[in-house]
Amino acid sequence: MELLVPEFGLVIFQTIAFLLLMFVLGKFAWKPVLAAIKEREQSIDDALNKADLAKQEMARLTTQNEELLKSARAERDHILKEAKTLKDSIINEAKTQAHTEGAKLIEKAKIEIENQKKAALFELKSQVSTLSIDIAERVLRAQLEDKAKQEDLVANLLKDVELN
Amino acid sequence: MDCSHVFDFKVKRLIVVFTLFLAFFSVTSPALAQVDTLQAAENSHSEPEGKEKFDIGKFALHHIADSHSWHVIGEYYIQLPVFLYTSNGLVSFSSADFLYDDEAKVVVEKGGQRFVKMHEKIYYASATPNEHGQYVQLDEKHHASNARPLDLSVTKNVCTLLISIVIILAVFLNVASGYKKRKGKSPKGLQSWMEPIILFVRDDIAKPNLGHKYERFMPYLLTVFFFIWFNNMLGLVPFLPGGANLTGNIAVTMILATATFLLTVFNGNKYYWKHIFAPDVPKLMWIVMIPVEIVGIFTKPIALMIRLFANITAGHILVLSLICLIFVFNSLYIAPISVAFAVFIGAIELLVAFIQAFIFTILSALFIGMAIEEHH
Repeated sequence: MELLVPEFGLVIFQTIAFLLLMFVLGKFAWKPVLAAIKEREQSIDDALNKADLAKQEMARLTTQNEELLKSARAERDHILKEAKTLKDSIINEAKTQAHTEGAKLIEKAKIEIENQKKAALFELKSQVSTLSIDIAERVLRAQLEDKAKQEDLVANLLKDVELN
Repeated sequence: MDCSHVFDFKVKRLIVVFTLFLAFFSVTSPALAQVDTLQAAENSHSEPEGKEKFDIGKFALHHIADSHSWHVIGEYYIQLPVFLYTSNGLVSFSSADFLYDDEAKVVVEKGGQRFVKMHEKIYYASATPNEHGQYVQLDEKHHASNARPLDLSVTKNVCTLLISIVIILAVFLNVASGYKKRKGKSPKGLQSWMEPIILFVRDDIAKPNLGHKYERFMPYLLTVFFFIWFNNMLGLVPFLPGGANLTGNIAVTMILATATFLLTVFNGNKYYWKHIFAPDVPKLMWIVMIPVEIVGIFTKPIALMIRLFANITAGHILVLSLICLIFVFNSLYIAPISVAFAVFIGAIELLVAFIQAFIFTILSALFIGMAIEEHH
C-alpha cells in the first residue's frame, strides 16, 4: 500500500524537472527538429513535383522534337521532289531549246551552204565562160595563124554555101 | 564512423557529469560499511525471527521503493543528501548519518530536531525508544505513526530523474544540432536513430488523434514519450545509472497524468464541455449521465497513472522475484533456470518499456484529441 502513496518530495522534483525538460526540449530540440523535418519533407515534395513537371516537359519536348523532325523530313522530301521536277523541266527545256537551236543552226548552215553553192556555181560559170572564151580565143588564134587553111576553110564554107 | 564518434563525445560528457555527481555526494568507505554490516548482523542475531526465512515480497518491495542511498556494488553505497523542510526551516545532512539504519534506531540531531529513518521514510524521532529500540510509535500494522517533515531529499529516484534528464537533453540537443548542421540533408548518426521515432510520434500518435491542430501538442507528446521510454529503459539497467524504478513510481506517473489532465481540461472546447454537462440524451437521463461524465474526466488520467505505474512496477517485481527464487530455494542449482526466466522477462520488459511509453502518449493524444475535436 505504501507504493500507492506519492512522496511529496518526488512530486515536487518531478514537476519541476518535467516542466523544465519540456521547456528546454521544446525550445531547443522539438521546435528546430520538427521545423527541419517539415522543411525537408516540403523540399522533397517540391523536388518530386518538379521532377514530375520536368518529366512532362521532357515528354512534351520529345513529341515536339518528333513532330519537328517529321515535318523537317516531309519538307526535305518535298524539296527533293521539287528539285527533281525542276531538274527534269530544266533538262527538258534545255533539250528542246538545244533541239530548236540545233535545228536553227542546221537551217542556217543549209542556207549558207546553199548560198555558197550558188556563189561557187556562179564563180564556176564565170570561170567556165572565161575559160571557154580563152580556149576559143586560143583555138581561133591557132586556127587563124595558118592562112592557107583559112582560105581552104572559107573556100569550103563558101563552097557549101550556095548562093541562093 | 561519424556517429560513433559523436556518441563517444556525448558519453564522455555524461561520464564527466556523473563523476561530478559522485564527487558531490559522499561514497561511504567500505570500512564503515563493514562495521555497519557487523552491527546489522549482531542486531539480527538479537532478533532471530527476522533472519529465519527469506521474505520475497518484502525484498522486492524494498527494491522497487525509493531510497536515500544508492547501492553501487557489494558493500559500496552512495549516500544521498537529505533535505528536510521542517517546522524550523530547511535542514540538510547526509543520509550516511543514519549509519545504514532503516528501522528508526539511529537518531540524527540537526537544527535542534531529531530524525529517524524507517523503511526509507524520515520521521521526527520520539523522545524515548519503544521496546524494540525504535524511536517511533508503531501502530497495530507495525507502521510508524510519528509526524513527518516535508522530505525534499535527493533520493535515488530524484537522482535517476536528473540523470535521465541529462541523457535526454544530451541526446536530443545533439539530434537538434544535427538538423542544424545538415540542413535539408538526410539524417546521420544519432539523428537517424531518433528521427523515425519522432516521426512515429508525429504521424502515428499525434496526427490521427489530434487532427490538423497537432503541432501545438507535439512538444508535450514528444517529451512525455521520450521521458517515459528513456526512464523505462534506465529502470531495466540493473546497475548504477539505472536500477531505480522511476516510471514505476506513483508520484512520477501522477505528475505525467496530471499534465495530460490539465492539457485536456484547458484545451477542451465548448463541444467537449457540452458533451459532459448537456449531453444529447433525454433530460431525465442527465441525472445519471452528468455524474458519469464528470467522473470520466478524472478516471481517464487516473487510468493513465495506474497503467504506467502498475506495468513498470510489475515488471520489476517479476524480474526480482525470479532472481529471488535462488534465495527462496536456497540453492545455486536453481540459478540457471531463474536467470533464464529473468532474461526472458527482461527481453519482454524491453518491449514493454516502449509499448508503455507508446500507450501513455497515444492515450494522452486521444484524450486531448477528444477535448479539441470540432463537431460539424
